[in-house]
Amino acid sequence: MRRIITATVLNRSGVLNRLTGLMTKRQFNIESITVGHSDEPSISKITIVVQVEDDRKLEQLLKQLHKQIDVLKVKDLTEMALVARELALIKVITTPETRSEIKVIIEPFRASIIDVSLENVTIEVTGDNDKVEAIIELLRPYGIKEISRTGLTAMPRGTQKTVYNLNQFSII
Amino acid sequence: MKASWVAEEEKGKVLKMSGADMLMEALEKEGVDVLFGYPGGAVLPIYDALYKKNIKHILTRHEQGAIHAAQGFARVTGRAGVVIATSGPGATNLVTGIADAMIDSLPLVIFTGQVATSVIGTDAFQEADIVGITMPITKHNYQVRKVEELPGIIKEAFHVAQTGRPGPVLVDIPKDISTSIGSYKPANEVDLPGYQPTTMPNLLQVKRLADAIVQAKKPVILAGAGVLFAKAEEEILALAEQHRIPVTNTLLGLGSFPADHPLFLGMAGMHGTYASNTALHECDLLINIGARFDDRLTGNLAHFAPKATVAHIDIDPAEIGKNVETLIPIVGCAKHTAAALLRESPTSGDTAEWVYQLAELKNTYPLWYKNEGEVLKPQRLLEIIHEETNGEAIVTTDVGQHQMWTAQYYGFAKPNRWVTSGGLGTMGFGFPAAIGAKIGKPELPVVAVTGDGGFQMTLQELSVLQEMKLPVIIVIVNNQSLGMVRQWQEIFYEERYSESLLPVQPDFVKLAAAYGIEAASVTTEEDARAKFAEALDSKAPYLLDCRVASDENVYPMIAPGKGIHQMIGVKP
Ligand SMILES: Cc1ncc(C[n+]2csc(CCOP(=O)(O)OP(=O)(O)O)c2C)c(N)n1
Repeated sequence: MRRIITATVLNRSGVLNRLTGLMTKRQFNIESITVGHSDEPSISKITIVVQVEDDRKLEQLLKQLHKQIDVLKVKDLTEMALVARELALIKVITTPETRSEIKVIIEPFRASIIDVSLENVTIEVTGDNDKVEAIIELLRPYGIKEISRTGLTAMPRGTQKTVYNLNQFSII
Repeated sequence: MKASWVAEEEKGKVLKMSGADMLMEALEKEGVDVLFGYPGGAVLPIYDALYKKNIKHILTRHEQGAIHAAQGFARVTGRAGVVIATSGPGATNLVTGIADAMIDSLPLVIFTGQVATSVIGTDAFQEADIVGITMPITKHNYQVRKVEELPGIIKEAFHVAQTGRPGPVLVDIPKDISTSIGSYKPANEVDLPGYQPTTMPNLLQVKRLADAIVQAKKPVILAGAGVLFAKAEEEILALAEQHRIPVTNTLLGLGSFPADHPLFLGMAGMHGTYASNTALHECDLLINIGARFDDRLTGNLAHFAPKATVAHIDIDPAEIGKNVETLIPIVGCAKHTAAALLRESPTSGDTAEWVYQLAELKNTYPLWYKNEGEVLKPQRLLEIIHEETNGEAIVTTDVGQHQMWTAQYYGFAKPNRWVTSGGLGTMGFGFPAAIGAKIGKPELPVVAVTGDGGFQMTLQELSVLQEMKLPVIIVIVNNQSLGMVRQWQEIFYEERYSESLLPVQPDFVKLAAAYGIEAASVTTEEDARAKFAEALDSKAPYLLDCRVASDENVYPMIAPGKGIHQMIGVKP
């Protein structure tokens, strides 16, 4: 199963290395990982999208992450009401004929063209995974030269609809 | 802490000193009185600072010897062993010991020199990324970036190493940090918001376990090294006696329960007793206290404790539910939890029949070997060592058959006397670990039981015995082979003894003589006993080369992939 996990960490040297290292060591498959400062410069927020086999493995992962000295908090957001976004830059081959067509295609995605040259345009899109996948699929027939994706960053929504079962793990 | 420092500064009493001197100050502040190490370029400033100090330093003859000695020290004292090594090869020579300490939860604080900050990352002479290398095998590690950080980092390092689930912490100190002068602010507190080990158990879970104990007809306690770290032996004994619950040990948990107690079943696992493993297979309540359900204990997980409600008490939450599904998880230290459990469980279940059944098994299927003929049997040798020391010596081992025989036959009467490499299985561990153990507990006799193979991995430390005149008795269980490998080849590889026989050996007695150490080679039971007794009396270093039967196997045994109920070699 695919899980979206955030870790709040002390911004000490090597901390990202520690987390990715432990996931490699324990055979967890990272789909994406993003890091950035929080509102406090000494604290960073890491968002990890990861594939795990079952609940037991998930529990292990959360505990192992939490065990790191520099990790302050670990949260599995997957079951929560959340906002999750990634940004993608997509360089698409264009001809004078296709250029306006592409503009029309990307409009409903609220994507924008941020660089233009004679042979291609670069499109910026932000959204959840599905949206980014969808726009890429639509643009593929024109010829994609290059894609750069940030990976997902996420946070729980301000209001949670229902009280979801925090106690799915034996120890919190 | 800050306030008093500011006040000091205002009074103009700020101490300026080098990083190396700060290290010495901080070590003294931590109460460190012995270091295990080896000098080199990047730690010259540290050794120069040490020169002026009154801290004992054990110069082993290899960095691996230093770290294993520190591990032996840590195991018997419960305090962090402290190690110093230089950058590059000095640091990488520690790697095996660090991994060993990590998997066996031994508190160590390791200081490595590093090339100067200005050349880090340039592949400078003797540069190795030891922080990167040891990241997965340390509880935590640091590289010092500013000299003023040193006291705080050292304080943290000792705190992290010695609290919660203990483990090794490495501090990498670039050479320029050791030499540069800074203001010394002693660190009095640690501020680690991400590290707050839970020691007090959740009472709700304790109550659930107490209820389970009342219900249980066939409970068993599995006591691991966590009991020893927490000094919870008395509480476990009280718990077992109050509720009449039989007790088994992991390899590393030996000594946490008296070996001669009627409720004791012996060690469990791959070379455990039939009674212990049957208890684990048949029990309806398994109370794991401070063990990590390692695969050498559980065998094939599909057959492990299939009928049991599993309760697991561990200070490390990540161990609970890792290998075995756990119905009653209790995060906490073994001592507090066992004490809480004693308070919460006034009534017991009816275990009489179960206790009787297991006692029967213990009688019917004891550990066995054939003591026949002239040749000294290794098992008998260990019994003799037990008899001569009343089961009260500190015994260290290497890894292999002799290790298992020691675990089976030494019979530890008291805690914290058993020093062995359990999780990593590091050959070369036993002898240097004995040196550290003797330094940590000089009042106790120390016996290093090693194989003829493993002893040759770290025998250079004979120099330390000679130099310090340390009364450690080295017992080489000499079967002229890499016995455990030979055994597996005999059983699982149709006797193809590929690279496991050691027909050519040094004359161990002459070898000892070269180091000025008394030694003898024995071939019979009588000689072994006489020479061992002599060694014990001599209060001097002694090497005993024991020529034992070379084709003896360790039994009983759970073959790899098999369940805990599928033991072979249970009976002669
Ligand atoms: C450093 C290291 N290398 C290899 C092994 C694999 N190994 C396990 S037991 C063993 C044989 C040990 O032989 P010896 O020291 O003579 O002890 P014995 O089994 O004969 O008692 C070997 C090679 C190991 N545990 N550690």
